[in-house]
Amino acid sequence: MAASGKIDPMHQFVIEPIFGSFGHNNPFVFTNSALWTLIVLGTIWLFMFGGMKRELIPGRWQVAVEGFIAFVDDMVNVSIGPEGRKYLPWVFTAFVFLLFANLMANMPFGIISAAHPFTITAQFTFTGVMSLITFAIVLGVGFWKHGLHFFSLFVPKDAPFIFKIFIAPIELISFLVRPFSLGLRPFIAMFAGHVLLDVFGNFVVQALNAHSAGGIGITILCFLFIMFVSMIELLVAAIQAYVFAILSSLYISEAVNLH
Amino acid sequence: MDVASAKLIGAGLAAVGVGAASAGVGYVFGSFLQSAIRNPAASDGQQGRLYIGFAAAELLGLMAFAVAMLILFAF
Repeated sequence: MAASGKIDPMHQFVIEPIFGSFGHNNPFVFTNSALWTLIVLGTIWLFMFGGMKRELIPGRWQVAVEGFIAFVDDMVNVSIGPEGRKYLPWVFTAFVFLLFANLMANMPFGIISAAHPFTITAQFTFTGVMSLITFAIVLGVGFWKHGLHFFSLFVPKDAPFIFKIFIAPIELISFLVRPFSLGLRPFIAMFAGHVLLDVFGNFVVQALNAHSAGGIGITILCFLFIMFVSMIELLVAAIQAYVFAILSSLYISEAVNLH
Repeated sequence: MDVASAKLIGAGLAAVGVGAASAGVGYVFGSFLQSAIRNPAASDGQQGRLYIGFAAAELLGLMAFAVAMLILFAF
């Protein structure tokens, strides 16, 4: 790819079958996306079960796992209130899955070319389905608890009547856009970061192949930039998981408490 | 002008939106710091709101990036 001179940053997001091939006869194909989902789930499983020991004096590993849970538990309790514990399983699942998937995609497994990590959260199917689950919870809880009174979410409480007429449609549109924007955010953040890394990684190789003094300078600059972007990517990976979790708990809180 | 070059110019124009979003993100963190330095005791409780504001500002920049990518690769 790099040798041909044409940079193709989209190639890393292509879903390819590992066993078998796509066709009409076999709709269920084991792809690189499925493989990396399983690897991420295995890592989460190892991490969680390594720390769930319930010892009176926790070791380092148990403290790490309990810290994760306490962090999300605090977030849910602050934004939803005393009922927040009920919604902890989903918010915690979403947070840990996004965090581990984002971080695993940034790990330098690519040193072995066969083990090049596939960014599963850079596929809208993943993040979109996660935001759909959040909104299934929001709608289900909202209509279960409040019935048709749930629609008062769209009407500001202490506003004059004329004001309400204009605000209600805007609130409705804002509510309808949310599932889209919630899933789009982690997807685009990871997608953009990996495109950037791929493009500058190609610049390093191409400038080195130019065999000139200026080429060496560009190589060093691009390499430093890649290191900088990689560090930013680690930060973004954590922030996007955090933002997804906090927005999910905020939207669930609106359905539970109605303002 | 042929379609290929118009595509590139359009993608470049769409990328301008990312710069506008960077101003927005800077404004979010800047105003948070201004008020956090005035009242450091209250700043820890507002971290969640800070990141919500950051996410809202950042999303619009990412939208501009998505439009640029759509123009480049989807058409």
